[in-house]
Parts: sequence; C-alpha cells; structure tokens
Amino acid sequence: MNAASLPSFLAMGGYAIYVWPAYGVFFIVLLIDWLAPQLRRRRLLRELRARMARQDARKERASRPSAAST
Amino acid sequence: MANWIPLWLHKLSSPPVFYRFAGTLRPWAIALALVLGLVALYGGLVLAPPDYQQGDDYRIIFIHVPCAWMGLFIYGVMGVAAFIALVWRIKLAEVVAMASAPIGAAFTFITLVTGSLWGIRMWGTWWTWDARLTSELVLLFLYLGVIALYHSFEDRRQGARTAAFLALIGVVNLPIVHFSVVWWNTLHQGSTIKLLGPSTIAPSMVWPLLTMVVATKLYYVASLCSRVRADLLSLEAGKDWVRQIAENEVRG
Repeated sequence: MNAASLPSFLAMGGYAIYVWPAYGVFFIVLLIDWLAPQLRRRRLLRELRARMARQDARKERASRPSAAST
Repeated sequence: MANWIPLWLHKLSSPPVFYRFAGTLRPWAIALALVLGLVALYGGLVLAPPDYQQGDDYRIIFIHVPCAWMGLFIYGVMGVAAFIALVWRIKLAEVVAMASAPIGAAFTFITLVTGSLWGIRMWGTWWTWDARLTSELVLLFLYLGVIALYHSFEDRRQGARTAAFLALIGVVNLPIVHFSVVWWNTLHQGSTIKLLGPSTIAPSMVWPLLTMVVATKLYYVASLCSRVRADLLSLEAGKDWVRQIAENEVRG
C-alpha cells in the first residue's frame, strides 16, 4: 500500500461504516478484558498491604501497653 | 505414561507455583499474540483482495470467524476445567474455569456485534432468529449465567463449583452452535474452512484468517494468566506466599 491509497484504504470500498466499527469493537472489548484483571490484581495487593499494616500496628500496640497510655 | 508427567502436573497445580508459571508465560503469550495479530491485520486488511461479491465488507471475516471459534474453544476449555473441578475438586481447575468465562463472553460478544455489522448490508438485517445466531446468543447467555452464578455465592469455592455445574450442562450447546448451519436451513452461511476436504476460500484470504486464529488463542492464554493470577491472590490472601508478594511489590 502506498501513501496515495490511504484514503481509499480507509474508505473500504464504501463499507467503512461497517468494517471499522467491527474492528473498533474487537479492540475495545479486548482492551477492557486485558486491563480489568491487572487493575484488580493491583487493588487486591494494595488492600492486602493495608490489612498487613493494620495487623502490624495492632501487634505493636499489644506488645507495649504502658507506652500507649503515657 | 511416564511418571514425571503426573508429578509435574501435580506441582503445577499448586497455587504459588502456578502463579509464578503464569507470570512467566503471560508476557510471551501477549507479545506473540500482538505480533501475529498485526501480521494478520496487514494480510487481511491490506494484502488480501476484495471479495468478488461482497467487496471490502467481507474483511469483517478476519475477526468475526476467529472470535466465533474462540467463543466455542474457550467454552470447551471451561467445560473440561469444570469437569475436573467437580470430580477431583482441584482449586486451580475451579479458578481456570471461572477465569475463562469472562474471556469467552468477550469473544462471543464480539462475534455477535461483528456478525450484525456484517449482516446489515449482506443480509439486509442486523439480526434474525436463525439457528446459528440464536445458538450463539444462547452461548453468550451461558457465559453470563456462569459469571453471575459464580458471583452470587458468599463462599467463592462453592460458587465456583455451582457455576461449574451450569458450565458443564451448557456444553450441549457447543455442537448445536457448530452444526446449526448443517442441521437447519439458516440465513448464516456454512463453513468455508474445512479440516477435511478443500476449503472454499482463496489462500490469500485463508492465511490472515488462520494467523488471527492463532493470535486470538495466544491472547486467551495471556488473558487467562492475568485472571488466574488475580484470582489466586484473592483466594489465598491469608497465605504466606501472597503476603510475600504484597511486600515485595512495595519495593519493586
């Protein structure tokens, strides 16, 4: 394909309004499918870290009760 | 069978081992899928000639058919994993079955939408209740039913086993989808690519199509790895190996 034929390539022989939306749906749906589990994994690890930090803090308070009261 | 194969499978089904294995496999699978996908797109959109009857509209085939095959293929994988999960109660099989459902639903959705876009001009309608279209819609609803059932239980493992049962029953729909164009007189055309006997499609159109078939398979592997990793972290959140990952990713 040379540069001059780009408009005719995009026109898809008059079927551009059917061909390109089809490819658009393909890419958008798969992109969402690709990103969703990665965002979920990151969120899970963030929540887990927050829970671990809370547990550590509680353990520390329990180990020195006198220091907490002063 | 050699002794090391079941041993290796047994080791691989342990969550921390599979988590690491999936982490290694994922980048390779997605990279290959992207490369092959781009090659297929170039072959399908640029190199392949227009169809003598349908003009350029037929180019929807290069995503429509691979996605349709993936919808069936992933359901098959889900059915096998569901069977293993129900019979042997292997946690990883439950996870694989449940992680496959959204990916299969995505491919089936793409199949229906691209088919509609193709049908508007070629059939003069975007939808008709013919056997192929209806059974494909049932396939989408089966996927959505499995996902909904899985999430409707408080206990994730019980949800997975119940949804696995539904997935297994739904397997009867697979031959119906595949043979619908043979058994009934449908508006949808029959297969143009045949494993047995000559295909009724030009080689310049077949190779981009088959390349896209391989690319979508690899994409499924990569997406499955992502989802299984996230699910394993969530299911095993209290265990030491997950805590170590949580700690290590702070530094990383």
